[in-house]
Amino acid sequence: MSRIRFFDATLRDGSHAIKHQLTKETITSYCRAMDDAGMYTIVVGHGNGLGASSLQVGLSLLSEEEMLTTARENLKHTKLGAYLIPGFGTIKDNIEPAIEYGVDLFKIGCHCTEADTTRQHIEFVRNKGLEVYGILMMYHMASTEKILEEAQKMQTYGANGVILMDSAGASTPEMVKRTIATLADCLDIKVGFHPHNNLGLAISNAYIAIKEGASIIDGTLRGFGAGAGNVQLEALSALLQKEGYELNHDLYRLFDVSKEIVKPIMPEDRALTDISIVSGMAGIFSAFKIHVLNAAKEFNVDPRDIMMELGKRKVVGGQEDMIVEVAEQLANPIKSDTESYMLESLS
Amino acid sequence: MVNMINKTVKVGIIGTGNIGSDLLMKVQKSDCLECGIFAGHNPDSRGIEFAKELGVPTTYDSIRYIQEHPDCCDIVFDATSAKVHSMNAPILKELGKYTLDLTPAHVGKFCVPLVNLDEAMKQDNVNLITCGGQATVPIACALASVADIKYLETVSTIASKSAGPGTRNNIDEFTQVTKEALIELSGVKNTKAIIVLNPAEPPIKMHNTVYALIDDPDMDKITKAVHEMEQKIRKYVPGYKVIVGPVYENGRVTTSIQVTGSGDYLPPYAGNLDIITCAAVEIAENFAREKLLK
Repeated sequence: MSRIRFFDATLRDGSHAIKHQLTKETITSYCRAMDDAGMYTIVVGHGNGLGASSLQVGLSLLSEEEMLTTARENLKHTKLGAYLIPGFGTIKDNIEPAIEYGVDLFKIGCHCTEADTTRQHIEFVRNKGLEVYGILMMYHMASTEKILEEAQKMQTYGANGVILMDSAGASTPEMVKRTIATLADCLDIKVGFHPHNNLGLAISNAYIAIKEGASIIDGTLRGFGAGAGNVQLEALSALLQKEGYELNHDLYRLFDVSKEIVKPIMPEDRALTDISIVSGMAGIFSAFKIHVLNAAKEFNVDPRDIMMELGKRKVVGGQEDMIVEVAEQLANPIKSDTESYMLESLS
Repeated sequence: MVNMINKTVKVGIIGTGNIGSDLLMKVQKSDCLECGIFAGHNPDSRGIEFAKELGVPTTYDSIRYIQEHPDCCDIVFDATSAKVHSMNAPILKELGKYTLDLTPAHVGKFCVPLVNLDEAMKQDNVNLITCGGQATVPIACALASVADIKYLETVSTIASKSAGPGTRNNIDEFTQVTKEALIELSGVKNTKAIIVLNPAEPPIKMHNTVYALIDDPDMDKITKAVHEMEQKIRKYVPGYKVIVGPVYENGRVTTSIQVTGSGDYLPPYAGNLDIITCAAVEIAENFAREKLLK
């Protein structure tokens, strides 16, 4: 049984849940407390990664320099990780400075069908001698064959592993089983999984992924994260320990940090709300939730209708500008241009 | 403008991917440009097959053909990649070719025809920025002409199918160069550019959003400026359309633009090809007319 690595995304995916308003105090106390708790890496930053602080997806309270240097000062044993989606950040503006601030490990992400947009960045990080993982977001939107093809590209670019993100929490257990088994079978590098909890399956999907050969689970304490939240690492750790997996996690530490540091900054309870469930049904990127609620209010339409319409349009992460457009069109249905376009493309 | 003297200036196109092939179709329609050579290097290029069918001279020798046959063209469109253009640029300069660079190499001066055509005509190498830059810079300039912009941000979403290997391999330069062009041409210092690829089927049309943070925005003035700019762009990119706003929402002025292509090489969803190839052809035609009048 290979050792399971936990990638701790609490201070990255959790940023989504608090509109990217992480404070220095939280980063300091979290990193200090979690430094020797057995996490393979602690990833810190804006929810959409380096270079993503924007009107499109939300402005960060702190600069990247402040977040990363604060984390760096408080991590002695655990690797400091950063996430980047090409198209948001660049090598010059974001990766090079992040390396200077002391980042040890990068996750380079893209929509699940666009792996070739990560080649420059994966190769750049590899050439710097640092660890780098390829991330395929919204993996539920492509076939298993396509996901494998894209993961193999990342392998050829030099990634140390490929992590699938169930960004919309739209996975069924069968999808996880099939996709992870295929990747674990056909790749020579590590395979990881990043579940979301929209349909209440995050822990069980993570467990299935491990059973099928995943050796990295990317999640958060208390499930603190975008939309319905992530796989709750302390519960998963407990489950794995019960099943006899050898882990070097300090389980009580995870419980304590979850309760004492994470709970106070979480804006709401983690019950599955109608918005979260509809978002999982429609397959909408989890971080869209707050923007959808804002637009629903602004244009006086039902946020559930916005979610369903966005699902029909197959929007992907980064397309938050479509929310305003859909909300405006739901509010003024006569202006909708979509039907005419659909008809046009059929002719 | 009608070509009074019924003559043409020869152009060379290097790069036979989506952008090169779309350029070729637009050059074929032009009354003052003629394709002297369509140059690639990949024997499997679909673009070269396509050009042969049109009866256009083709070569697999890429820029070497132009070096060996310098009379084949006066204007060169480079639609290769940022890396290749960086190597081609000094050669083309040496040969004295007026060069329009459609890669994000940024060797020469940035140009959006509506903003700085006259300046571009005086250069020997002009950079067309990116499709996102061509779509958003004019709106940024329109906003900046009537308001004090504290922060400007653009998001360009294109269909995966319309992004060829050149675009994908250069996504980092694409993002960086779009931002730099926004700063240089609109004068707004605090700027960000985002690019998103969407693989949906049927493919989505090119979609751009420009956000601006403006204190007490005068929406009447802003709306007028944006719509005037839209009308001007439509003269050379007929499928350019403002579909949202400008609207003041959640503390920001938001404008969304859809670009429908003319369906020359790729179907109409690929407005991102048209917005940059139309701009390049617009500059080339102006250059050619000036040359023919001399």
